[in-house]
Amino acid sequence: MAEPFDIAVLGAGPAGANAALEASRLGCRVVMIDEQSHAGGQVWRAKSAAVLSAPETPETSAGNQLRKAVSQSAIAHLGDARVWQIEQVPEGWSLQILVGGRSETIIAKALVLATGAREFVQPIPGWTLPGVIGLAGATSLMKQALMPPGHRTVVSGSGPLVFFVASEIRRLGGTVAAVVTPNSRMDWIGALPSMCRRPDLMWRGMVWMADLMLARVPIFWRHAVSDVRGEDAVSSVQISKLGPDWTPLRTVKTVTSDSVCLGNGLIPALEAAQLAGLEITHAPELGGWVPKVAKDGSTNLRGVFMCGDGVGIRGASAAEIHGKLAGLSAAEFTGKQVGLQKNRLYARYAAASSFGLAMTALSVPRPGLEKLATPQTIMCRCESLSRDQLLHEIEAGAASTNAVKSGLRAGMGPCGGKFCQTAIARLVASTKGLEEGAVPPHTARPPLRPVPVSALAGDFAYSDLPIPKPAPL
Amino acid sequence: MIRLVPNQSDSIQRAPLVDFTFNGRIISGHMGEAVFTALTRAGVLHLRDAPADGAPRGAFCCMGLCQECVVEIAGNSVESCRQPLSEGLAVLSVTRGKHG
Ligand SMILES: Cc1cc2nc3c(=O)[nH]c(=O)nc-3n(C[C@H](O)[C@@H](O)[C@H](O)COP(=O)(O)OP(=O)(O)OC[C@H]3O[C@@H](n4cnc5c(N)ncnc54)[C@H](O)[C@@H]3O)c2cc1C
Ligand code: FES
Repeated sequence: MAEPFDIAVLGAGPAGANAALEASRLGCRVVMIDEQSHAGGQVWRAKSAAVLSAPETPETSAGNQLRKAVSQSAIAHLGDARVWQIEQVPEGWSLQILVGGRSETIIAKALVLATGAREFVQPIPGWTLPGVIGLAGATSLMKQALMPPGHRTVVSGSGPLVFFVASEIRRLGGTVAAVVTPNSRMDWIGALPSMCRRPDLMWRGMVWMADLMLARVPIFWRHAVSDVRGEDAVSSVQISKLGPDWTPLRTVKTVTSDSVCLGNGLIPALEAAQLAGLEITHAPELGGWVPKVAKDGSTNLRGVFMCGDGVGIRGASAAEIHGKLAGLSAAEFTGKQVGLQKNRLYARYAAASSFGLAMTALSVPRPGLEKLATPQTIMCRCESLSRDQLLHEIEAGAASTNAVKSGLRAGMGPCGGKFCQTAIARLVASTKGLEEGAVPPHTARPPLRPVPVSALAGDFAYSDLPIPKPAPL
Repeated sequence: MIRLVPNQSDSIQRAPLVDFTFNGRIISGHMGEAVFTALTRAGVLHLRDAPADGAPRGAFCCMGLCQECVVEIAGNSVESCRQPLSEGLAVLSVTRGKHG
């Protein structure tokens, strides 16, 4: 591309889109890149082209408002574009992006990373069966396709998402067989003071719960799905009672269902930050490992800013405000005057974060939950590696996620470790008697996303899926 | 029964149905939806077999990260959770082990 952009924003969720809007409003040349076709991120994901019209929800109206603001701005919005490499260059930062099956380079003086989160799913027996999807994944399915995940669904997981998903399934015509959550009613009562800051969201949550109770959907408090059964796909699940630290105690019930949503909180997506070279620290209250980022989005890397849930799971409202802050900081870096505009946002950011962090505290798994994995439970889905196989490697000396990765290829499959490394790190920590903070995620390597094989015509074999190279120890 | 969350499934308008195939079987889905949502609606959840142990797998993350939903279309591997459906699309499983 000819002239470098002032600012490249990675991610068009509430954080990235607001960063791009602020910077563009101040006159910066901004490019915003996202693998989704439309802005909105995870929380306000747009419906697919196959849905011609549907009733509005708070998510769709917030998303539509954001998409309208982006389309009316001067932002160059690249949708369906995946960033797979990030490098520092003399002009600033260079991004390799895959768009329309080709790789292109974008150069900008400043980079705003707004990569959001992905979910953590505790491995349990049977979680690889077709019909088991992520809990946050279920929101993504329902937002884009406006259809429930199956006919009869067990919805299981921690935090508020479990009630949102159950309620959306009912709104879209599905049946909720059971809601299963490791949280207790007391956990929720304990979160009330922080929730009072957002009466609108608190009211919505109460409506979801009351509707489930009126419909006589069983809600299993302080329980978890401990086993998913089926041949080719889900046919039933077992539900177990948990202890105070979420250790499974005993199986209490079997429920038939054709689909299961499982999730145990969100973790910041920090591979892009790691690739750019940001330092990371362990902050369980923020969802796990997070890059070091100031409250105005600035970092100690020249020209790199970061915002939103990728910096810690504070929720969509905080992400919007943090995005504005990072956009202003990036604009300031490129020479724009921002005056006192940032100062006005800090108090709002703190208030929004306090609600979001209370929800994160409910969602973060307690230590006993990992005991849901039995010796035969698959931990690394890509390579079908069981807990026993991983334990063997760890006991033989592998003391880090990098070592487990190069020894067993765990984390080297097509997903790049995104769905196993947190569980593997916890296993290393508990086996070696270390704190979780002593076992960092494995070194991030390009590509951040699989480089599509669509460029390779002809016979395709699974092994052609681009697989990240092992990290040197 | 009183419902605080109304069932709105009847007030959703969708694009016309088109036919496509999955491993040769004819299935219909709405033009432009993700291939995986059309398959899910048709009750087809088992999309491929895990290469290491041949166990059945299907879509999992629904956001383009896990690669569990990868299928083969025109010789290319694509994520069926991100691939829009069009008329006549021939979709194949990537690996067919003991379950294929
Ligand atoms: C699947 C999922 C569903 C969620 N649903 C809800 C919900 O319903 N309600 C709620 O309150 N919270 C939800 N959340 C929490 C979510 O983190 C929100 O708080 C909010 O979306 C965070 O905003 P953000 O802008 O920081 O990140 P996001 O909204 O996640 O935006 C990040 C964007 O970056 C893009 N991106 C990341 N990496 C790349 C790359 N390499 N190349 C190209 N694009 C990239 C992604 O496509 C995404 O659009 C969900 C989270 C997940 C993971
Ligand atoms: S379901 Fe995970 S990539 Fe499609």
